Amino acid sequence: MASVTMTVNGKSVSADVDPRTLLVQFLREHLRLTGTHVGCDTSQCGACVVHVDGKAVKACTTLAVQAEGCDILTIEGLANGSELHPMQAAFREHHGLQCGYCTPGMIMTAVDMVNRLGHDIDEATIRHELEGNICRCTGYHNIVLAVEAGAKAMGGAGMREAAE
Amino acid sequence: MYAFDYHRPTSLRQAAAMLQKTEDAMIVAGGHTLLPTMKQRLAQPSALIDLGGLSELRGIEKKGRAVVIGAMATHADVAASDVVREAIPALAELAVTIGDPAVRHRGTIGGSVANNDPAADYPAACLGLGATIITNRRKIVAEEFFQGMFDTALDEGEIITKVSFPIPAKAAYAKFRNPASRYALVGVFVMKRGSEIRVAVIGAGSSGVYRWSEAEAALAKRFSPKSLDGMSASADDMNSDIHADSEYRAHLVGVMARRAVQAAVAR
Amino acid sequence: MTATGIGAPVRRKEDQRFITGKGRYTDDLVRPGQAHAYFLRSPHAHAEIVRIDPAAALAMPGVLAVLTGDDLAADGVGGLICGWMIHSKDGSPMKAGPHPALAQGKVRYVGDHVAVVIAETLAQARDAAEKVAVEYRELPAVVDTGSARKSATAVHDVAPDNTVFEWHLGDKAATDAAFAKAKHVTRLDITNNRLVPNAIETRAAIGEFDESADSYTLYTTSQNPHVARLVLSAFIGIAPENKLRVIAPDVGGGFGSKIFIYAEETVCVWASKKVGRPVKWNSDRTEAFLSDAHGRDHVTHAELALDENARILGLRVKTTANLGAYLSTFSSSVPTYLYAPLLSGQYDIPAIYAEVDGVYTNTTPVDAYRGAGRPEATFVVERLVEVAAREIGMDPANFRRKNYIKRFPHQTPVIMAYDVGDYAASLDKALEIADYKGFSKRKRESAKKGKLRGIGFSSYIEACGIAPSQAVGSLGAGVGLWESAEVRVNPTGSVEVLTGSHSHGQGHETTFAQLVCDRLGVGIDQVNIVHGDTDKVQFGMGTYGSRSGAVGMSAITKAIDKVIEKGKKVAAYAMEASDKDIEFKDGRFSVAGTDKSMAFGEVALQAYVAHKFSGQDLEPGLKEGAFYDPTNFTFPAGVHICEVEIDPDTGVTKIERFTAVDDFGVVINPMIVEGQVHGGIAQGVGQALLENAVYDESGQLVTASYMDYTMPRAGDLPSFSVGMTTTPCPSNPLGIKGCGEAGAIAAPPAVINAITDAIGHEGIAMPATPQAVWRAIHRTRPAMAAE
Repeated sequence: MASVTMTVNGKSVSADVDPRTLLVQFLREHLRLTGTHVGCDTSQCGACVVHVDGKAVKACTTLAVQAEGCDILTIEGLANGSELHPMQAAFREHHGLQCGYCTPGMIMTAVDMVNRLGHDIDEATIRHELEGNICRCTGYHNIVLAVEAGAKAMGGAGMREAAE
Repeated sequence: MYAFDYHRPTSLRQAAAMLQKTEDAMIVAGGHTLLPTMKQRLAQPSALIDLGGLSELRGIEKKGRAVVIGAMATHADVAASDVVREAIPALAELAVTIGDPAVRHRGTIGGSVANNDPAADYPAACLGLGATIITNRRKIVAEEFFQGMFDTALDEGEIITKVSFPIPAKAAYAKFRNPASRYALVGVFVMKRGSEIRVAVIGAGSSGVYRWSEAEAALAKRFSPKSLDGMSASADDMNSDIHADSEYRAHLVGVMARRAVQAAVAR
Repeated sequence: MTATGIGAPVRRKEDQRFITGKGRYTDDLVRPGQAHAYFLRSPHAHAEIVRIDPAAALAMPGVLAVLTGDDLAADGVGGLICGWMIHSKDGSPMKAGPHPALAQGKVRYVGDHVAVVIAETLAQARDAAEKVAVEYRELPAVVDTGSARKSATAVHDVAPDNTVFEWHLGDKAATDAAFAKAKHVTRLDITNNRLVPNAIETRAAIGEFDESADSYTLYTTSQNPHVARLVLSAFIGIAPENKLRVIAPDVGGGFGSKIFIYAEETVCVWASKKVGRPVKWNSDRTEAFLSDAHGRDHVTHAELALDENARILGLRVKTTANLGAYLSTFSSSVPTYLYAPLLSGQYDIPAIYAEVDGVYTNTTPVDAYRGAGRPEATFVVERLVEVAAREIGMDPANFRRKNYIKRFPHQTPVIMAYDVGDYAASLDKALEIADYKGFSKRKRESAKKGKLRGIGFSSYIEACGIAPSQAVGSLGAGVGLWESAEVRVNPTGSVEVLTGSHSHGQGHETTFAQLVCDRLGVGIDQVNIVHGDTDKVQFGMGTYGSRSGAVGMSAITKAIDKVIEKGKKVAAYAMEASDKDIEFKDGRFSVAGTDKSMAFGEVALQAYVAHKFSGQDLEPGLKEGAFYDPTNFTFPAGVHICEVEIDPDTGVTKIERFTAVDDFGVVINPMIVEGQVHGGIAQGVGQALLENAVYDESGQLVTASYMDYTMPRAGDLPSFSVGMTTTPCPSNPLGIKGCGEAGAIAAPPAVINAITDAIGHEGIAMPATPQAVWRAIHRTRPAMAAE
């Protein structure tokens, strides 16, 4: 067993884990944060994307022990209480999800995309940036619209905060 | 995954000592090749020695006429580095073609070079730029470092610490992705530095990354895509799989080489 | 139209939990004391099992049990079944080989279930599985669809030539006569590639035995939990129906693959009693590739006969359909009754004759995948029609228009009676949206850049609303295909709808609630849709075949009508009027010709307090159920147009434009319907350009992960232009036709027609990968140079 301590959605958590425990298993099985999903074994589908120290990471390809000391944000920690994050709201508004299984990873990837590329992202860039997230339901059409709108909304929120 | 012990050394010396004394131990950097392999139970290290705690391996700096990149620099680090983008933009552009954004946040240059996957991208840049791989023990030039599929000059207990890329006059990378995996079906890195021309090919050859000497000779006369018109690599010794047989790969080597030269010239 | 009623693009009620990570999928559930199952699978495509020795595995840490086919047999657990009987031309029944949930004596495909290891943790189960010693005697493998019948090796003893059935449909003599007088015959050889459904949630199951109640619960990723319970009870014999509860919680996509009753959930239920613990199994992606039923896999020769006026005279089709190593739950119906009856397409074809041979091979079983038979039929028809138009030098759009069925109802020569449609309207709209007139200019512009541009059509039709029970029963179905619903009005006026449909991405919690809002005038937040639990919902046939709108919502409509009728009686007592004078509109019951009225909620309360009619001939309460059995299939149809640009240097095909115009009848929620179209197109484009399940000669699945099986990604697809036309379906109360499969049915021939238009010949098969397209272009070059 190995001990690991990290911050997950703002809370410090410590546990003794088998070293072969993946970060996604740690989140799902130890912390019961089941919003982060597993859709493949080869780091391709992106259903497991979480933020590690502010960057999108595939939690199925990261050992829990590798996240020692890191700050983890999962889909459960994205909303501000009952107020949805603008990207979450955009996915609902633009019907960017059907079965919902890839959705947490999509949203976490989209937020990371905006964090890196800003609020004005065009369709081609969004499609390219979604390379590591597979959706079988939507054909991506509405996901692209949602990310575009969510990016703009995140910018709006930022500007409001800056003005205040 | 099979069970293993996990170590997180705090110094390079400690890491090397652990690697030396633990039978069947492996280094894990970003883990983006190793962990999927272990998940499929195709690798069974007794212990993983995680270099994640060694911040001294992450730096990117310009040193004289070279860009020196720490082994633990992620693909995203390289892609975003002002140093790299200014000195060797082709290298930053290559880093952006690796995997996807989340993979680039974890995958490292050291891991990629050490693994020498015949469909990875960095080996093409290393060979194409004439890089030197620096380990905790020595310096190894790219020609000697890459020794065939998944095979390198690294000795047991040896750890890559940095990769030094001499700055070229012109360079570019053109990649044709495997439609499924997004690895390089064919990747061609071209470079001109004075009279030195290099054309390094990844993904295609059955022995991993190699230099395409015919194309280099043609480009030595004139560094222009026209010099490669009608040229395709020999289909002998090319990889063949469901996505591309050897003939198609050989053809793509020519196409990607022309596109790379075009991009390099246009820079 | 109200903001939440029929026709409104209501944002989905279910999304709140999905976007916040609060969805509850099977693998998210943890049952007290649950143990974990890992299936040891055959590494060989075909082998005898000489010996299984679990001793070393049993000695591993955490191991609770290692169970094999012998244990299943000892407990009298039956094999998996195929629920649709197909008879061959000679009248003989299809040859169904035994399909044990754990192999008994033989394994027949890579991934076949050899044993299950149950342990405290999944890692322990997997560690131990490697210690199960299995001795195999390898046998030659039958892999190729086209040559399976000629193989010296038999997959099943019952079918020595690997032939499951030799089925046919249509009038052979009339068709031969049509071809005899044809002026022109178009011939094509077609391979419909094998696909892996790949819902992003892999299959999962938890079996649990409650000793005190002597009953089982199965939590599973199912599109039809009641059918799963029926099959597990009546055929596999695990427990009586009343002692088995099946719960399908949130399910992450199905596309057909979660209709079927598989080995894993069967074993989890059975094993839970044997080990006295809940047994959980969750498929990893490679297991999914190996063990989820695959789709398509046809080899076809097809011919179209034309007269001198470019009218279609007849269609002749000969298909070999690969069914894999065992007959999966509905596998036999897919290449037969879900295929050949659609071969008339949108066209007035006087004579059609189709022959289909179903074959066994040592590959994963093949069953329904989004579209199920109809994409295969549409691909045959729409490729033939396109090629025929090209061969006679006619514009493909005009050729189609000329041959469209224009009068309805229309009886085709292959069972189906089309009720309504306006195919030319869809074509006109699609041509306009796609800017067909501007195509030649765009083609010239592409040529200037050294690129090849092509345009392709697909005028598809599908039979949905599956299905009239009497009809399918006469064709061999083992079940009826009605749907049930119960509408429970609570005393406060809120409404619960219990439905036998199952939502795994379709948005039923929203669309079904819209129907209730529309009919009962209650707020959408006052409505809850309950599905996916056999203990809650009385019965249901589930969701597949684009049936939940046309059939499932029709059942709800019937139940709502009964609620309104009952409400009128309650309101009559409450307002002291005759129930014949009670009108219901916009959520209020009123007495005709007076200003007396009551809100729906007030009537609900009166129904439950029963103060006004106690002792009268009216029962308290407001809850009604209904079963709806459709009287006909529904016939969604439309026109999809694909425009591609090809890089001849690499063979890369880029979809520049994709236009879809569909007639789905009445649309409940256009936002959701468009989403269904988008997703279907993506899967259709995936089939046409990217996806292919490839076996090597020994029967190993080469494409068993996303490293080799190309899933459509965002960058592979364009944004789609979607339009609609509407001819309401006359056979159901809502006028709905169904929309779930259209894209997957329509897109493949549109894409391939565009590519063949671009490259100038028909010699390319699906998937048109860069390599395949490059080869196809390359092949023509010497010929062009010679001209």
